Amino acid sequence: MTNAQRSLECGKVLSLVAIGRHPQSGRPRRGDQDAKAVEMGLNLSAEEFSIIHAGNPDNPVLRHYAGMGVKKMVVLKQDQDDDALPVFLDYIAKHDPQIVFTGQRSESGESSGMLPYLLAEKLAWPMVSGVAEIVAIHDDEAQLLLALPRGQRRAVSVKMPFVASVSSAAKEARQSAFAVGLRAGIEEHDVANCLDQATTQWQVVPAKPRAKRMKVVKTKNAAERMKAATAKAQSSGGKVLLKESVDEKAQAVFDLLIEEKVIR
Amino acid sequence: MSDVLRKDPRTERILRNRLHPLHEALIARQVGETRGPTGLLRKNPHNKGYMGPNGLKRIDRSNASVGLLTSHKASSANQQVELPLHIVENPDFYIMVVADMVGGRLSAHDKDIVGLAHELIDGRNGAVALVCFGEMKESHFDTAGVDRLIHFDGQDVDGFAPELQIQKLLQVEQQYCPEFWLFPESIHGGTDLACRLSAKTGERAVSQVWSANRQEVISRGASASTDIHRKASRILVLLEECAQPIDETRHQVKVLTVSSQEFSEPSLIVDHGLMAVDPNAVPLSEAEFILSAGNGIEDWSVFHQTAQMLGATEGASRVAVDDGNMPRSRQVGASGTWVTARVYVAVGISGAIQHMQGIGQCDKVIAINTDVGCDMVKRADLAVIADSTELLQALNQLMVQYQQNAAQEEI
Repeated sequence: MTNAQRSLECGKVLSLVAIGRHPQSGRPRRGDQDAKAVEMGLNLSAEEFSIIHAGNPDNPVLRHYAGMGVKKMVVLKQDQDDDALPVFLDYIAKHDPQIVFTGQRSESGESSGMLPYLLAEKLAWPMVSGVAEIVAIHDDEAQLLLALPRGQRRAVSVKMPFVASVSSAAKEARQSAFAVGLRAGIEEHDVANCLDQATTQWQVVPAKPRAKRMKVVKTKNAAERMKAATAKAQSSGGKVLLKESVDEKAQAVFDLLIEEKVIR
Repeated sequence: MSDVLRKDPRTERILRNRLHPLHEALIARQVGETRGPTGLLRKNPHNKGYMGPNGLKRIDRSNASVGLLTSHKASSANQQVELPLHIVENPDFYIMVVADMVGGRLSAHDKDIVGLAHELIDGRNGAVALVCFGEMKESHFDTAGVDRLIHFDGQDVDGFAPELQIQKLLQVEQQYCPEFWLFPESIHGGTDLACRLSAKTGERAVSQVWSANRQEVISRGASASTDIHRKASRILVLLEECAQPIDETRHQVKVLTVSSQEFSEPSLIVDHGLMAVDPNAVPLSEAEFILSAGNGIEDWSVFHQTAQMLGATEGASRVAVDDGNMPRSRQVGASGTWVTARVYVAVGISGAIQHMQGIGQCDKVIAINTDVGCDMVKRADLAVIADSTELLQALNQLMVQYQQNAAQEEI
């Protein structure tokens, strides 16, 4: 399907973004999935597309998002330990968007990935997780491709409005233009503070490397331990077809492939 | 190793020495003592001797060579040990484990979580119940540690139906009110279901947990750069290798029933099935179905055609790559890609150790080879001894037939 044939017109679209963390250096960056969500939003021909962040409006990373060419960027002023859910809910209720994009899991904080689910539950909207592409939008229904493990894709259609978390398999985000980002105006909104009480009881420490699981051989005698340590792979009791005709052998292979459902 | 004859020198010595106090008893045990109807001791003259290696009977009156009598096979290694059965009747509480069941079988991740569930029970009178959806091929629930099984079957929950699946889980929650809900932190649907259940019940789930007891859990946060020590929640989403799987007990696998309710709520998400993707565009390391070629391939065009027909991702052994028949990016093994395919078909690959390392995580291996004795045939779940070109052509024809049949059914 070419771009000309498919319709991507829809009402207001929001994308919720957070501050990311570079996996190697640990520096703040635009979140990978969040940036892909913004890219997905920019590719829709929406009535209005804006990105929302709850946190510190002076954070320079926000300019990286703005530098992608987004017309409107809103920051709901919050402290680091505040709960973003109620302020997002308020904002969404006021602005009535058709689609709300998020990443699947934030790169900072608790990164539980619960935010889109809680939003969808509170708004009573459907929630689709791991969107790879928006194929088309017709009236009040959107056709999406979901990213599955092993590079597979599933086609689903979902009623608008909905919350979608964008998968890492989505289209790569465009580069951010530095000057555009600097020039972009960021709307700051003052919102009521609501501290996330549970987090105050947590103890957050730098991640401890996890021990690799050892291969333990549970036997009582030394001969078997020796065997386990040295022996080559023995026949695992698989079936061997030797004397059948080629057609029968091929049929046996084919049947196994069908049984394992790898042939479609 | 099981076929090695083991001698018992002590028994041999006693059998040779007619003055030994145990001699009589041992002879009686070897031969067996029979008494006639009058109580008279009967000696069976045919019981004498043993069968020699050439099939002839040997009688050795000097008892000099008692080797075969006294030797026994060291068969303990291959003996199937019956594990003790862990019985839970009328449990006080349940711990629900919602398994991914990728391909209808318990994954290693699922088994780890069942292991953790037993750690959480910690000697109390509780049962681990496994909840699974859709197709089920697993036959070893008992040794994996499943006390109770809840299986939702049917067209509607199979495949992609998160809204319906969550309704079923809510029923389970209502009926059994489990002490813990354990989910695998995985892209196969575990994380998604856990988040949905957490949102529905209002219970704050703890995700990315890698160590847990009943009071405290340690979870990863901020893209795995921090450890969060916090109180345990009823819903835990667990990372791989969070505990040791069960391997020393058998369990009952009793089926639990869940009262069924009809849901009239229309689903807002409609599934339109899987899309056809180009199998060679899928990264080799995560391809599900790999057709791999080695030195035994003579006709490469047939191989490529078969891979395309079957919809398999192409792989290759080192030899095939070195000979220039396949690109380096397709190499499977220690110096190439470590693959995780569910089904791996090795055509004309004898199975060098480096190659076997690369396919260590594959579930089903099918070997097509001309050599019965090669390592790949030993590793394979199904080995076919045939000429590769002929067999691939036969597979091609079968696939054509299959597609024709499918097309006819649609009409």
